[in-house]
Amino acid sequence: MAKIQLNGKKITINQKVSLFDLLKKYKLDKKKVAIELNGSIISKSRYKKKLIKNDDKIEIVHFIGGG
Amino acid sequence: MKKDKFKIANQILESRLIVGTGKYKNFKETAMAVKASGASMVTVAVRRVNITDKKKPLLMDYLDPRKIKYLPNTAGCFSSSEALRTLRLAREMGGWKTVKLEVLGDKKTLLPDMIETIKSTKVLVKEGFKVLVYCTDDPLLAKRLEDLGASAIMPLASPIGSGLGIQNKINISLIIKQSKVPVIIDAGIGTASDATIAMEMGCDGVLINSAIAKAKNPILMAQSFKNAVISGRQSYLSGRMKKNFFGSPSSPIKGII
Repeated sequence: MAKIQLNGKKITINQKVSLFDLLKKYKLDKKKVAIELNGSIISKSRYKKKLIKNDDKIEIVHFIGGG
Repeated sequence: MKKDKFKIANQILESRLIVGTGKYKNFKETAMAVKASGASMVTVAVRRVNITDKKKPLLMDYLDPRKIKYLPNTAGCFSSSEALRTLRLAREMGGWKTVKLEVLGDKKTLLPDMIETIKSTKVLVKEGFKVLVYCTDDPLLAKRLEDLGASAIMPLASPIGSGLGIQNKINISLIIKQSKVPVIIDAGIGTASDATIAMEMGCDGVLINSAIAKAKNPILMAQSFKNAVISGRQSYLSGRMKKNFFGSPSSPIKGII
């Protein structure tokens, strides 16, 4: 198991899970989000290859209403 | 007469009214107000996805970014690094290169921090962003932003969400006169007539959020702003009559019985 921080929340996920799998787990459409992994933006084409490690800090963002 | 086109960063917008999508009761009301406003561009904010509630509705399900242009903003950012991070994420989300930069300097007045704003504009222009910059109504700073490559200058009328209307007409006029890029009034417009005044002064556009979202009837107010902006623009293009100190009769004097 890997302990990670997702959007400020501490969660535990299985080993060898990719960013693509993480989006699937939370039912998120990759076209509607952007991901930052440990402070770096990961391009959408790399979601499948990028595996999540212990202690990773992940931010998943989307657009909301704003002025 | 040549067709009156509103162009920002090589994109032609059908409407000179840009609307914000915050502060509405729900996304349905947001979508209805946007539609009634006739706007072809809306501002949106970048925030964390709610991971605990998978069924939470998404803005994109109500406002299709293929039909209406999204203008990602940096609302809530108080430093250059936060603003840059936000806009780089926005670009990754869907290739948005036209963005609104807003770096705030004070939580109470929400006035922009112009030092951080200038710093961010430099970096964003270098990275290929088309930046619409929220700024104070200082003509010298507005000129500085234009020289740095800002795609539009967005001076405030008064503080964000204050509804106080244009507080410094002289400065706004100076900014309009000197700018070669569009000048869009952003923040502080309270009601439709404020927007008309801005457009009559020669602003290229206005950005409205609170004045519509916080009206008792946001949908009707959105429509009102649509008309106000068209009206103000037409009035500006028409060239108003000269002001006189004395009266001038509207009916001919000759032939009075």
